[in-house]
Amino acid sequence: MLNLNNVRKSYHEANGELLPILDIESFAVGAGEQVVLRGRSGCGKTTLLNCIAGMTTVDSGSIKINNTDIVKLPEVSRDRFRARYIGFVFQTFNLLPAFTAEENVLLGMSFTGQKPDAARAEKLLRDVGLGHRLDHKPATLSVGEQQRVAVARALANKPALLLADEPTANVDPAHQQQVIDLLREACDREKIALLLVTHSSEVADQFTRIEYLENVNRALGLVSSS
Amino acid sequence: MSFWKIAWRNIKQRALASSLTGLSMALGVALMILVIVIHDVTVEQFSNDAQGYHLIVGGSKGGDLQLVMTTVFHLGRPLYPIPYSYYEKFTEGEFAPYTAVAVPYCLGDSYVAGDQQFRVVATTPELFDKIAYGANEDGSDKKYSFQAGRNFQSDHFFEGVIGSVTARKTGLKVGDKFQPTHGMSAEGDKHTGFTVVGILAPTGTANDRAMFINVEGFYLLEGHALTSEDGEHTHVSIDKLRKDESHAATIDPNDPNYGMEPLPEAQREVTSILVVCKDSFGPMILDSKINKGKDRVAQAVSPGGVVSRLLENIIGPVQIVLFVLTVLIIIVAGISILVSIYNSMSERSHDIAVMRALGASRSAVMGIILVESILLSLLGGLAGVFLGHAVLGLAGPLVEAHTGISLRFWNFNWQESLLIPGLVGFASLVGFLPALTAYRTDVGRILGGGR
Repeated sequence: MLNLNNVRKSYHEANGELLPILDIESFAVGAGEQVVLRGRSGCGKTTLLNCIAGMTTVDSGSIKINNTDIVKLPEVSRDRFRARYIGFVFQTFNLLPAFTAEENVLLGMSFTGQKPDAARAEKLLRDVGLGHRLDHKPATLSVGEQQRVAVARALANKPALLLADEPTANVDPAHQQQVIDLLREACDREKIALLLVTHSSEVADQFTRIEYLENVNRALGLVSSS
Repeated sequence: MSFWKIAWRNIKQRALASSLTGLSMALGVALMILVIVIHDVTVEQFSNDAQGYHLIVGGSKGGDLQLVMTTVFHLGRPLYPIPYSYYEKFTEGEFAPYTAVAVPYCLGDSYVAGDQQFRVVATTPELFDKIAYGANEDGSDKKYSFQAGRNFQSDHFFEGVIGSVTARKTGLKVGDKFQPTHGMSAEGDKHTGFTVVGILAPTGTANDRAMFINVEGFYLLEGHALTSEDGEHTHVSIDKLRKDESHAATIDPNDPNYGMEPLPEAQREVTSILVVCKDSFGPMILDSKINKGKDRVAQAVSPGGVVSRLLENIIGPVQIVLFVLTVLIIIVAGISILVSIYNSMSERSHDIAVMRALGASRSAVMGIILVESILLSLLGGLAGVFLGHAVLGLAGPLVEAHTGISLRFWNFNWQESLLIPGLVGFASLVGFLPALTAYRTDVGRILGGGR
């Protein structure tokens, strides 16, 4: 489902030198598979998710999702592809403050080229236990509720791949497990592949496949080139 | 969710800033509406004032503008008068074949009430019976009517009617008497009183602010009669007679004319004559005969042409200056929208990045910002249109009371219909810079704080 081949990404430093961030020969996630990605701070986890989502362009290599190489897509097509096939749950939820919970979910459907499905938005919010909070704006929701809205939004378009960047980092311990359960159950139910970045061992230990970016990212100098 | 709804939510999210920028646009547009409509109404009023007759004939010593200003707008010093015999050329002489109605005007008196001065026009009842003061929308003549009382009678020398504004400002009612003052200054001697027999319904012309008396009575007042050619028949005015105790006792109080006979024609003059011609050739023929003939006693002017020139030369440039000023105000309002949205871009870059992460293309987020700018301008503009017309409606009675110009809420100028598409174009222009900022938002940098 997700296949990365020879993906390289560098940033220009202030002195003009190139700083390699990603150099991944091969990385794959199967359809419906749930994978945890771990790694020390600054090792490129978020950059990798951004590259997979097509929000950051890579220098070279290919990133195939359902056999579509998003690297080769023009930007407009890549945006449309992201809207349609990739869900994103952010560490800081990133709900838009001007919109209600339901509208935040509808917003996730607004850029696919298809008419937003209000019934599905409402169902998703009911599924995450927020049926009574549809008209509430983020500022009036608890942190846990905000993250649940973010999960519902990420699922809005029935994506093939869900990217979650430390989704429990800002959630209190009492609600961390709820968020993880929510994500895993939704991905199971909708046959969505999940790539979840986390620093938490408690979270990571619940997954059968755990990948350490240091093991696949040659840019960190820890992986042999063989 | 449509771009309109997303943009509207963004506007509501910054309600205070949005309201203030919308208000600045509304004020700019309201000012523009006021300038456009007031100019339009003023031009119409000026043109109306000069309608209802074809020519004004007055003394040749003076300009045509002065003749029109004194006769139509009751402003400025009257021209030197012309002999009454010249007026008779229109009623029974060489100009009569071309003349349907000729109404004399004798100017020179005024009426002072408090700190306000009103022109007194001596004329004949035909002014209100046979001359219109403009045209209705269906092309029919606007006829004078009376909101109280009636027209004065030609054989009642000391009757008069007053305009609606004059009545309101002086407090004069039907049956009251008023004493015209000789000359245009408040210091002149007071003449014998005239009885108000009618109050004109509002016409929206300068006549609303004037007072009209029977010309026969005017001639009998002190200082209004010429000495006869032989120098022997010096006229004794009614003013003097009434002060003469021996004569005053003989005046019959029930005689509306105080026993006076009309002034001999040889001792009369007129200041100007309003002429309605019998056909469309009449004005040209009379213009040629009066202005190009051997006899250069008088001049004939077409009031419409003079008023057009007046509007073009005086009001036109003022209108342009006001228009440019209001355009500048709207540009400033537009810049305030630009600044408001642009300043919000840094705090909204995160939201824009989120929308981009959700699949919004660069052009989509750019479009949302443009729509936001257009919405703000449109809402501000529409509020401005309403505000402008509301001011017209509210200030209308006050303006009418002071100037005679009728302003109404529904006074509409076709140029207003250009405002909305103009605002959309302008909003797109001022929204372009912040929209470009949205277009260039680096999603990876904003959302990917770490690596």
